[in-house]
Amino acid sequence: MTLVKNVTCPICGTLCDDLEVEVEENSIVDVRNACAIGEAKFLNFTDPKHRNLKPLVRKGGELTEVSLDEAVERSAQILAHAQYPILYGWSCTSCQAIRVGIELAEEVGGVIDNTSTVCHGPSILSIQSVGIPTCTLGQVRHRADLVVYWASDPYSAHPRHIERYTSFSDGRFQESEWEHYVTRLRGVLGKKRLSRASARISMREVSIPPIADPKLPPEFETEKRKLIVVDVRKTRSAEIADFFIQVEPNRDFELLQALRLLVKDEELEVDKVAGVPVDLLEEFADILISCNFGIFFFGVGLTMSSGKHRNIDAAIALTKDLNYRTKFAIMPMRGHFNVAGANIVSTWQTGYPFAVDFSHGYPRYNPGETSAVDILQRDESDASLIIASDPVSNFPRNAAQNLVKNPMITIDPVVSPTTMMADVVIPSAFVGIEVEGTAYRMDCVPLPMKKIVEPPKICLPDEEILRRILLQVRQIRQTGGKA
Amino acid sequence: MKELLIKNGFVYDPLNKIDGETMDIAVRDGKIVEEVKKGKTIDASGMVVMPGGVDIHSHIAGAKVNSGRLLRPEDHYKDVELKTVLTRSGVGYSIPSTFTTGYRYSRMGWTTVMEPAMPPLKAKHTHEELNDTPMVDKGAYPLLGSNWFVLEYLRAKMYGECAAFVAWMMNATKGYAIKLVNPGGLEAWGFGRNVRDIDDPVPNFDITPREIIQGLCKVNQILNLPHTIHVHINNLGKPGNYVTTLETMRCVENLATDNKPIMHLTHCQFSAFAGEDWRTFKSASEEIAEYVNSHSHVTLDMGQIVFTNTTTMTADGPFQFTLYQITGNKWVNNDVETETSSGIVPFQYKRKNYVHATQWTIGLELALQIKDPWKILLTTDHPNAGPFTAYPKVITWLMSRKARDDVMKKVNKKTRRKAPLSAIDREYSLYEIAIATRAGQAKALGLESKGHLGVGADADISVYNLDPKKTNLADNPEAITKAFKKAAYTIKDGEIVVRDGEVVNSVNGRTYWVKVETQANLFEIEPELKRAFEKYYTVKYENYLVPQNFSAHQTPVTAKARIKS
Ligand code: SF4
Ligand SMILES: [Zn+2]
Repeated sequence: MTLVKNVTCPICGTLCDDLEVEVEENSIVDVRNACAIGEAKFLNFTDPKHRNLKPLVRKGGELTEVSLDEAVERSAQILAHAQYPILYGWSCTSCQAIRVGIELAEEVGGVIDNTSTVCHGPSILSIQSVGIPTCTLGQVRHRADLVVYWASDPYSAHPRHIERYTSFSDGRFQESEWEHYVTRLRGVLGKKRLSRASARISMREVSIPPIADPKLPPEFETEKRKLIVVDVRKTRSAEIADFFIQVEPNRDFELLQALRLLVKDEELEVDKVAGVPVDLLEEFADILISCNFGIFFFGVGLTMSSGKHRNIDAAIALTKDLNYRTKFAIMPMRGHFNVAGANIVSTWQTGYPFAVDFSHGYPRYNPGETSAVDILQRDESDASLIIASDPVSNFPRNAAQNLVKNPMITIDPVVSPTTMMADVVIPSAFVGIEVEGTAYRMDCVPLPMKKIVEPPKICLPDEEILRRILLQVRQIRQTGGKA
Repeated sequence: MKELLIKNGFVYDPLNKIDGETMDIAVRDGKIVEEVKKGKTIDASGMVVMPGGVDIHSHIAGAKVNSGRLLRPEDHYKDVELKTVLTRSGVGYSIPSTFTTGYRYSRMGWTTVMEPAMPPLKAKHTHEELNDTPMVDKGAYPLLGSNWFVLEYLRAKMYGECAAFVAWMMNATKGYAIKLVNPGGLEAWGFGRNVRDIDDPVPNFDITPREIIQGLCKVNQILNLPHTIHVHINNLGKPGNYVTTLETMRCVENLATDNKPIMHLTHCQFSAFAGEDWRTFKSASEEIAEYVNSHSHVTLDMGQIVFTNTTTMTADGPFQFTLYQITGNKWVNNDVETETSSGIVPFQYKRKNYVHATQWTIGLELALQIKDPWKILLTTDHPNAGPFTAYPKVITWLMSRKARDDVMKKVNKKTRRKAPLSAIDREYSLYEIAIATRAGQAKALGLESKGHLGVGADADISVYNLDPKKTNLADNPEAITKAFKKAAYTIKDGEIVVRDGEVVNSVNGRTYWVKVETQANLFEIEPELKRAFEKYYTVKYENYLVPQNFSAHQTPVTAKARIKS
């Protein structure tokens, strides 16, 4: 039995790199330090029910087992003969694979787009228009005395984020709030249960539950790390927060703008903004200004609710304003473990983070036009390669329909609705478990992904599969195969 | 055996004191040799032959550069490179994508480029990009001037331990030189503050920038690194900062031995400002030049302004915040735990703006008033003062008073009236240009096989279509610019990679890093380091390290340290 230490978890953008994995005869028997989601992945990834273990090619309407060479050959044929293929996915693979993916997209004159197009795309557009004051997560751990999660529920989606980087972590200038939290929890547990119950009751009457206790708790007066959650509903994270501010759905923009005014010492002439009483907002603004180091973490709740990149513009603008008063940073809570890497590699090779179109022989970028969903909705592509992603389930319906009606190649370790609809299925090895590589954490810190066990023989690394396809495409095109 | 003969060129090889003699240069297997028998011949008659260009300071790769690319799609739209059979496509004017960066340097005849600001925590990112930057040899300088370990060792005056730490760091990050940016100030910026001058203590750390600069200078001497410490001063970009610059140079004066440089002061144009505020702002080039002319322990590079729309990006977070406040342009700040910060602001240098125009004169004044061309090297601090593709222009300004006067006619009137530049007649010779763009750069970097054409040197060579015998260059500035824009040939490791300004062969180039060798046990500090590491960083010790063969073509250069065991 061997114990592999310092393993980076290939699930979410928190990219915890302190996992310890016990391996016995090429199989994982135990995982330490991971959250439940991470642990489940390491222990269950080999489950053959979910795993692609055969190269398949659709023949006469049926997915039929073929040799890997044939699947690669078929993929190359599809791409070499396509006029405008889409190469999509990329946030659950290594940077090494993404590099080859971009080369392939360039070679076939296609579009390469990653999943940020359907999650933090608006955040990127905002950054491109106004910039962003941000930092690495260690800055937060060491310095932040104010942490705000906005439209993000780390407790559920990034379970170890709080413990590793924010309120419950120990830093040079800031101590973990864990102790305080436990003490406080004992005292307020009863009260919390009550307020939760009352929220549930009022929920039945009106869709927006009223704020149960619109006054800040007294411990806010003291000098210590504060955790605030702003969300449309009381999430698990909101429950462990020092304070929760409930915003009415789709009204984050108003709330952010109101805070901007308050931070600039202007008065608000209303009683409530987005369902939040103004005196509470004033106190919130005071907390924002008076911290030594504050940070906003925002989730897809903000990018995908109405307003989209206007919301992020406002959040970044607020952060910039706050830098005139104190130190403040802002960071998107990236989902997939290497979605940041997909943006980063794409940017250094092409100048653009996603939605890159090579059909003119050079990189073009115009989200809304060159993004995968938009191309599909206009029904302009004639083939696709999908890697480690499930657009059939995640894309708008008409986009998904247009995707599956044209030849589709999938490279994926697991079975998904997308692989089931594909014309070519190439099984691949799990990055971070069966194959090594680099991934970028949500704060753009690069981390090594480890190979812990051998993949099944037929499952090659994404990088190698893509290289083989690229090679074949070049051969076909050299012999004049391109129609 | 691969041979090549470059015949009959006017050879400029300052390290070997060759000044325009008509000679043949022979190449075998990537090295310069005495002679060759067969192989290809390049007829360079009527052309200039120089060692390949070397760039000591150009932001081409890594987290900050890439944030700049992401921030500025508008920088890329109009400047694109098509894919060819040999080359990858790309975009970018002031912050080109990686492939494009390599091709453009090579087309101008450059063969070695150093990335001067690598945040150690993100070293892998820098190396992944360098790995995708073809055509040139590269290296990167880890940012150490606000690193907690460094601050703590130096505060305790533990120079030996600090040296061991820096040696560890060079290995951990595959770094080439010690970089200091606003020493101590970046730690203060972690809480939105800064340091005022080199004697203003760093908050929470009880150490002054002076002690950091002196300490790392000593460490550099102990380790015997090929390059000196590479310093971006405190107060960069502020009126009156020439005082800080002088103090920074003075503070290591008595550490110097045998007339050897021990400090490189980078993009000094941004550090030679006089005046109290932007209204009274003026050039302090004379004060700086005077000091440099009478001392031999510093080298400088220009950071020459070009009038264009570019992207400023430095590790100096507080400086970038000031630029944001001045311009109101979009702004990126990115602080890196335990180590450094960084900032990015797009910037337009305007001829008619008094400050910008004066900055333009300051860079040239420094280069023209510092008498010894080995002491001031040509850079634009790419892309801070302008993109590296402006080098042919900068070379022309240095070589031709006429070219400078042409620009002077168009700049801000007050600048024209006040700038010392108007009275300077000096014009660089091709020999001096070869020093400022190759020999001096390689020498300052301690790259012994670069920057010259002596036997044994790397066969990195550029050939320019320029005939100094036929044309009076100073009177024909366009001819200079034209020739340096598109090298007639660029030869990298003995291969012709560019012909007539076009890439004809795509090669990878190495990434140099410094491996410190010593009798003493450098890694005595390791257990302590590992213990502290967990507390200081959010990544594991093992995951921080850049492994030996992380990217292709990593090439160690050894430094023999003088650490006593
Ligand atoms: S928080 Fe994310 S990265 Fe960390 S263990 Fe859980 S799933 Fe893995
Ligand atoms: Zn610089």
